[in-house]
Amino acid sequence: MRKINVQELIPAVKKLCIEANYYIGNDIITKLQEMAAREKSATAREVLAILLKNHQLAAQNMMPLCQDTGTAVIFVELGQEIHLTGGDFTEALNEGVRQGYEAGYLRKSIVNDPVFDRINTRDNTPAIIYMEIVPGNEIRITVAPKGAGAENMSDLKMLKPADGIEGVINFVVDVVSRAGSNPCPPVIVGVGLGGNFEYSALLAKKALLRPLNQTNPIAKWAKLEADILKKINNLGIGPQGLGGRTTALGVNIQAEPCHIASLPVAVNIQCHAARCKSLVL
Amino acid sequence: MVAEKYLKTPLQENDLEQLHIGDKVLITGTIYTGRDEAHKRLIKLLGQGEALPFDIKGQIIYYVGPAPAPPGKPIGSAGPTTSYRMDPYAPALLAAGIKVMIGKGPRQQNVIDAMVKHKAVYLVAIGGAAVVIADSIKEAKVIAFEDLGTEAIRELRVENFPCVVANDIKGNDIYREGRKKYEVTQ
Repeated sequence: MRKINVQELIPAVKKLCIEANYYIGNDIITKLQEMAAREKSATAREVLAILLKNHQLAAQNMMPLCQDTGTAVIFVELGQEIHLTGGDFTEALNEGVRQGYEAGYLRKSIVNDPVFDRINTRDNTPAIIYMEIVPGNEIRITVAPKGAGAENMSDLKMLKPADGIEGVINFVVDVVSRAGSNPCPPVIVGVGLGGNFEYSALLAKKALLRPLNQTNPIAKWAKLEADILKKINNLGIGPQGLGGRTTALGVNIQAEPCHIASLPVAVNIQCHAARCKSLVL
Repeated sequence: MVAEKYLKTPLQENDLEQLHIGDKVLITGTIYTGRDEAHKRLIKLLGQGEALPFDIKGQIIYYVGPAPAPPGKPIGSAGPTTSYRMDPYAPALLAAGIKVMIGKGPRQQNVIDAMVKHKAVYLVAIGGAAVVIADSIKEAKVIAFEDLGTEAIRELRVENFPCVVANDIKGNDIYREGRKKYEVTQ
């Protein structure tokens, strides 16, 4: 049994919030460069060049890539041989968010209730936290801040099993088509297939954590991802919706078993600023 | 090649006539920020016949809620927010004299019609290019509705603030035409 004091999590989460908002992954930069080289629209190439410059300037000036520094979404994989001590685990994660958003000059975008008061909590808490118990004696923490522009364009549908692959493709492409310029394309499309109503949405979010340079290890899903990506890039939406062939940088699918009568499909749209940083304690 | 145009404030009578959808525009001078709640308040003041916190005639308004300014910088990251939420207010502000709106995403037809009527344009800043944009903002000061925090109205002094023309004074719309041009029918 390894003991970990939850107070140790505070600086770790603080650091992840700041780094995730300042520095984008190389997988995204490489993909933006590749797609810019193939882009037919001059306006689109111009937009992609500005986005690449933005990533560079953000890192150089230590400023958030986007002013919408998002909801702090935290994934925790907790080793089952760990004994947590020293206080409230959830509160420690929220304290890390509080300190990170203040010290990193990140925008606080959370309101206290969705319909009545909508008063800003002023410290970007509460975070949205997902826990998983895994074998071992380590904690892996991933912070994936998510802006509202892209999140608002996400969608979920309970398809009939008879709708099959065709139904899945049509729904995913339709969600991106309807989203148009709103999620700040080029986007990354997270697709959760199977599970049930709420689990498919979580799968779609988790699918977004897979870097763009990692192909889906299961060939049938990798092919479906490529097919959907092609259809999306044929929509003509382009960077920022101004027209072009670079509408999505990637489609990531995560699938799980489901009920004999169900075919849940959830689509989580992510803008090109796919912020995500992890560490292991 | 994308045509590159320059706008300097105060805007002159025919400055906007040279702009066509798809042109890249670099703005230098003074612009004002305002988003959801600030628009609501401006419209309320107009309705009550009261003076606005700044003279909006001939001005440029930018839909943004910036991140806090880090030490030594006038402003934090400052990319555009989605414009359709300002559509209910835009025709009244155009009638009152606003000449340029900057945001992201398409506008409703009645807003485009109001632009044609009042010879105004809509430019889009690049969503996600928040640091490039912040870099073009040299000074920022809150001039109204300070209680709104990030949503307060700020006066910005900008140099070569980058955007693209989305609706010109003829009512052309890049969101319709751009997508049509690059769509591959399956």
